[in-house]
Amino acid sequence: MIIEDLKKYLDAEILCCEENLKRPIYSACGCDLMSDVLAYVKDQGVLLTGLVNPQVVRTAMMMDMVCIVFVRSKAPTDEMLKLAKDNGIVIMRTSMRLYEACGILYSNGLTGNKN
Amino acid sequence: MSEPTLVYHYDIDGDDFSSAGQASVSIKTNLRQLGLSPEIIRRVSIAMYEGEINMVIHAKGGTADVKIFEDYIEIILADKGPGIKDIDQAMQEGFSTASDLTRSLGFGAGMGLPNMKRYSDDMKIESVVGVGTTVTMRINIA
Repeated sequence: MIIEDLKKYLDAEILCCEENLKRPIYSACGCDLMSDVLAYVKDQGVLLTGLVNPQVVRTAMMMDMVCIVFVRSKAPTDEMLKLAKDNGIVIMRTSMRLYEACGILYSNGLTGNKN
Repeated sequence: MSEPTLVYHYDIDGDDFSSAGQASVSIKTNLRQLGLSPEIIRRVSIAMYEGEINMVIHAKGGTADVKIFEDYIEIILADKGPGIKDIDQAMQEGFSTASDLTRSLGFGAGMGLPNMKRYSDDMKIESVVGVGTTVTMRINIA
């Protein structure tokens, strides 16, 4: 799957770094607790979350993630978008809830990390 | 003991949660320029990031020194915060004294110190209640 496919499956709006939509992704994680992302995530390219603050973007940066999906139509701040843009992280937003968004991606082949 | 080949020093601003993590981002960039492996870079930056968040949440900031040695990296995080009363208890996953505000921001779930230990090869905590805390982490390069 590539990032662009997420936009299609989640009916999402791209907010930043459209030029990176062709990047490949192999797995994802859905989480609102950043410490858990930092603890358990390994080699997952996409973070789906309903949490909105700059630490979400920094957490994704620490984990070398390439895309963040904000669920429930959450709007990131300009500061967050700038941080993401400076680091090439694609930001998108969907009206779906976290559970629904994760389920759709999973059933289309984007599984979590098995470890 | 040999001298570090490089030392990075940061003052961690404790007033603004939204800016927490800037030093860790900077370290990540610097380590990339040194050509270290992505796995080592990730471990150093995550361990430091959790530490930075801790210093902002609990201690109103502090200092971070990252020393690059030939075969390991040492991260020293020092603050003049309230100190840790019971280090064994603080090391348990899920134990937290963080505020509801911190929790609402995605942290304070009692994973910070365990994560720092998880990503480092060695971690030492020195803390005196009312005086402050120093955490020293070592991550082997070779």
